[in-house]
Amino acid sequence: MLKINNLHASVEDKAILKGINLDVKPGEVHAIMGPNGSGKSTLASVIAGKEEYEVEEGEILLEGENIDELGPEERAHKGVFLSFQYPVEIPGVSVTNFMKTAINETRKAKGLEDMPANEMLKMIREKSEMLEIDRKFLSRSLNEGFSGGEKKRNEIFQMAMLEPRLAILDETDSGLDIDALRIVANGVNKLKSKDNAVIVITHYQRLLDYIVPDYVHVLHDGKIVKSGSAALAHELEAKGYDWIKEEVNA
Amino acid sequence: MELKEKLVSSFMAFENMVDIDSPIHDIRTEAIKNFETEGFPSKRQEAWKYTSLNSVLKHDYSVFPKHEKALEYSDVKRYFIHEIDTYKIVFIDGKYSSHLSQTTHDGIDVCLMSAALSKPKYRLIIENYFNKIAPKDGLSSLNTAFSAEGAYIHIPKNKLVTKPIQIVHFSTGNEAALMVQPRNLVVVDENSHVQIIERHQSLTDNPVLTNSVTEIFANKRAIVDYYKIQNDRESASLIDNTFINQKQESIAKVHTFSFGGKLTRNNLNFYQNGERLDSTMKGITIIGNKQHVDHNTLVHHIEPNCESHQDYKGIFNDSATGVFNGKVIVEKDAQKTNAFQANNNILISDKASINTKPQLEIFADDVKCSHGCTIGQLDESAMFYLRSRGIPEKEARALLMFAFSNNVLGSVKIPEIKSRITKIIASKLGVNIGFDL
Repeated sequence: MLKINNLHASVEDKAILKGINLDVKPGEVHAIMGPNGSGKSTLASVIAGKEEYEVEEGEILLEGENIDELGPEERAHKGVFLSFQYPVEIPGVSVTNFMKTAINETRKAKGLEDMPANEMLKMIREKSEMLEIDRKFLSRSLNEGFSGGEKKRNEIFQMAMLEPRLAILDETDSGLDIDALRIVANGVNKLKSKDNAVIVITHYQRLLDYIVPDYVHVLHDGKIVKSGSAALAHELEAKGYDWIKEEVNA
Repeated sequence: MELKEKLVSSFMAFENMVDIDSPIHDIRTEAIKNFETEGFPSKRQEAWKYTSLNSVLKHDYSVFPKHEKALEYSDVKRYFIHEIDTYKIVFIDGKYSSHLSQTTHDGIDVCLMSAALSKPKYRLIIENYFNKIAPKDGLSSLNTAFSAEGAYIHIPKNKLVTKPIQIVHFSTGNEAALMVQPRNLVVVDENSHVQIIERHQSLTDNPVLTNSVTEIFANKRAIVDYYKIQNDRESASLIDNTFINQKQESIAKVHTFSFGGKLTRNNLNFYQNGERLDSTMKGITIIGNKQHVDHNTLVHHIEPNCESHQDYKGIFNDSATGVFNGKVIVEKDAQKTNAFQANNNILISDKASINTKPQLEIFADDVKCSHGCTIGQLDESAMFYLRSRGIPEKEARALLMFAFSNNVLGSVKIPEIKSRITKIIASKLGVNIGFDL
């Protein structure tokens, strides 16, 4: 589904990703871990198409197609979803109408008619119930005045609405208390299928107790320096990241 | 001949054409003298520093349109808020169109200024209210000198006028260049409520200059809601002079939606002559190309316990220029005044500009006054966020701009106006998305 070959990316001439290789197949969950500043969030943003990042070398293939030239919305139309580490506050646009616009613009791009209003409402009801989101919350301005946990839950709600093929969760666990973490993880697990894939970016192992990865990759200084099974996450939790750095530098 | 000379020398002919025995004959004569002295404003004047009328005044305008050109309602229906039942006072090239109008004398007077000026039964109102609050500057004086036609609205006390009143001016291109000077008088007596919609619409690309004066009197506990829809062609320019005198506990709200026109200047003054009253002015300006919109507002707090609220949003594209000049005067006796002013702007293009200048003159010591001006660009991180959800760049941009101006629409009480403005905004931003936000 997603294949990244020798990806180098920079922001304002500062190299951040220095040769990433990653192969994500349908039905898989990949965790990307690593210390602060290792390039985890950059990798997420580059896959989603943030324009301030410059791809210097290598390629990102989605279903075999190079997506380097595609804008963020075109990538979204192809099924890429990024759950933001810091969701942006947009005063004046309600959650519901934001979702309506996003879904209908995506349908338009696929040559489909707008989703009928009753279908949309039913979907909103189902997905918000799944994530235990209060209906009142949906008429509020997008992320404005939301707590950290509400923002993250709202990201997963958007993911549930948009039903992406490839979901990238960037530090979705940060700012969540244990109950919210469980609700969010349950939501993600319910959305998982043999046709879609999830990349979980996290600093801690905590979320991986709930969303169990098939593969764990450790990112250090812009490169994946170690890959393994879910057991690797536990090892990192117990031993920290220093032994990895030592191994790399040895 | 310069436009000023042309106007001054036409005055005699004008006075002969209209009724020389009119009760306002002396007012007109004095006004033309004023105009002769003052002339058109120039950029040397502080209030006109950022707006030059030169490009507008250069045309050879006809000041007395020869005859009325008939228009069919079906051809101009789209310029009306036609979804609801309204009174209509319609002018074509400055002349009253009885065909398109729907006036009334049933308990209220919604009719013509020319009728009010000529019939004895209106004499008292004219004597008490006409030209009582319009200032003596060049443009207002010019309008006063040539005041003959416009809307006359008198709502006696305790009337809730449920049908809004539309004042619409069409120019047909019958003249190579046309100057019109509508004069409106709105008197709302105790406890009465009226809603008025005003629009100026040119039907061709021939240059049009409108210099309009509207005097509004909101008496005790009256409520006046005034909506100005400015979406004219870019060959038309508008100088709108609106003056509002409020008595105690009245509420006056003016919404100005400026999307069109070559040059638009809104002089909007509120005079608070009573306690516990509320003045509100809100505006959305979205312009591009070389359009220019200048909001010049004044709130004069004279008595205690009054409020004023100003909220103007501006979005400027291409080489468009904007001006916001908001003056709030709080007199010594106007204690417990609560005056709020905000002007927020987004510049989309490097060539667009806005000059924004709040002026507060406060002579009372127990007041709450706040003002804030911002000028910014669209938030790039918000753009990426919206686009990452599948909303294309143009639509994302439009959504953010609509959201930015959205709270001004919150106080519009007529849903059909709200949806009309929303549609104009969407088309102005070049998108086809419903902003039912």
